[in-house]
Amino acid sequence: MTATPVIDGWFTTGDEPHLLASRCTTCRNVVFPPVSSDAGAAAFYCRNPACDGEAHESVELSRRGTVWSYTDAQYQPPAPYVPASDPYQPFALAAVELPEGLVVLGQVADGFGVADLKVGAEVELVIETLHADESGERTTYRWKPVSA
Amino acid sequence: MSSTNQVAIAGVGMHAWGKWGRNFTEYGVHAARAALKDSGIAWADVDLVVGGETVRNGYAGYVAGSTFAQALGWNGARIATSYAACATGAQAIDTARARIMAGLCEVALVVGADTTPKGFLAPNAGERWNDPDWLRFRLLGMTNPAYFALYARRRMDLYGATSEDFAQVKVKNARHGLENPYARFRKESTVADVLASPVVSDPLHLLDICATSDGAAAVVLTSMEYAKKHGIVDPVRVAAVSTVTPTFPNTVIDMPLLSTDSSALTGIPDHTFKESLAQAAYDEAGIGPEDVDVAEVYDLSTALELDWIEDLQLCKPGEAEVLLRAGDTTIGGRIPVNPSGGLACFGEAVPAQAIAQVCELTWQLRGQATGRQVEGARVGITANQGLFGHGSSVILAR
Repeated sequence: MTATPVIDGWFTTGDEPHLLASRCTTCRNVVFPPVSSDAGAAAFYCRNPACDGEAHESVELSRRGTVWSYTDAQYQPPAPYVPASDPYQPFALAAVELPEGLVVLGQVADGFGVADLKVGAEVELVIETLHADESGERTTYRWKPVSA
Repeated sequence: MSSTNQVAIAGVGMHAWGKWGRNFTEYGVHAARAALKDSGIAWADVDLVVGGETVRNGYAGYVAGSTFAQALGWNGARIATSYAACATGAQAIDTARARIMAGLCEVALVVGADTTPKGFLAPNAGERWNDPDWLRFRLLGMTNPAYFALYARRRMDLYGATSEDFAQVKVKNARHGLENPYARFRKESTVADVLASPVVSDPLHLLDICATSDGAAAVVLTSMEYAKKHGIVDPVRVAAVSTVTPTFPNTVIDMPLLSTDSSALTGIPDHTFKESLAQAAYDEAGIGPEDVDVAEVYDLSTALELDWIEDLQLCKPGEAEVLLRAGDTTIGGRIPVNPSGGLACFGEAVPAQAIAQVCELTWQLRGQATGRQVEGARVGITANQGLFGHGSSVILAR
């Protein structure tokens, strides 16, 4: 069984993965998560109130950003969260400011916790296994501290 | 401040917060009858009922206005039901106020009541890949306390706040709530108690985070003219209800979203969403933060109380810890915050909570807040935020 993204169209995989955003072709405002028919939103309406754009293109966001803030989940979150292991292993979360001007929340890479993070520190996008289900391993994007 | 374009608070009432395990309607009717009794106005004279919707109690909760009106005995009043997440109660008050100010009604009863499950608030069952509130749990395991923790951590890294500061907010609010008969938790806490409680989402401990509770609150609003005609002397007035939404770009990450708007096109705005909620209230009331005597703010976490103090412009950004440490926000201090004990002593009963803030400020402004009175309070402000761009700030004056 192969690893597949837990959600389609949100990120690329490979050695240098990127988050995918939707960019308005009129005003170039960028939104993440991207417009996705899988997520039930096939139509695009630009969210910049000064723009009536209805066409978008897919763009890759920068792989590196700086930490806006961070925390962790010491107790297992409720469903629909699917725990990756039994017993539950706490994980860290980070909100990351990207050069494109938006902050994106994500889990922090395996093996890193709040002690490895600081507001303003640099992190990089990686793809890791979120959990496994009947179709095999499901992957997601995560933020990994960039060592100095 | 002029009293035109204002409505009177003729009566307030609550059902004590707790985990009572009973139907939300029962709590709501209890609070409604208490508010009516407080006002001296008969139920038969109420011509509008606005209910705060609860999403955890089936159809009766979705049509809360109707549910309460029927439970009180159909009297022919018009009904409305509001839902605005945690700001539900304020939006319900705003609906009632608007109809009174438009001259379409004279006496409105606003009621919010809830029963809540134990533990983390979680989305309803089912698979919904287009629902951000579902996705944040499925993809990230991002609970409400995790969002609160992001804000708390940012205060620490940017302003030098400490876990002891956060714990001190709990200590203060626990002491404030000791004599409040409607509070669920009436027990002193120490800094050591808070720090010894388990970390839920770093840096927040269990005792930094508010519980969820059953409870109900109600207010009776009337036109100023009706109040005068019926001998309600010098009533507390609703001077402002701000329920503005964010403006683009909203650059502070908000529950339940996974990202912010991009500021690339416009730059970072002058005011955050929470700051704009308070500013709109001040503008509407025609007063400024220097006029405020008491504040009831939404301390979903201890650290969030500190954020709100700054959002209400009661001090500059990064200085709320200074006020806290100096005792300024304690009853008897310069600007007491959460004299009711706040969510720390109540736990959150979503559709009732913003109404409960108004009840508390009404008692404070009347000088009836026994055991927790802010002496001489004439102007009070509330602050509250919910999911999906909801929030409120209400100003009461006497």
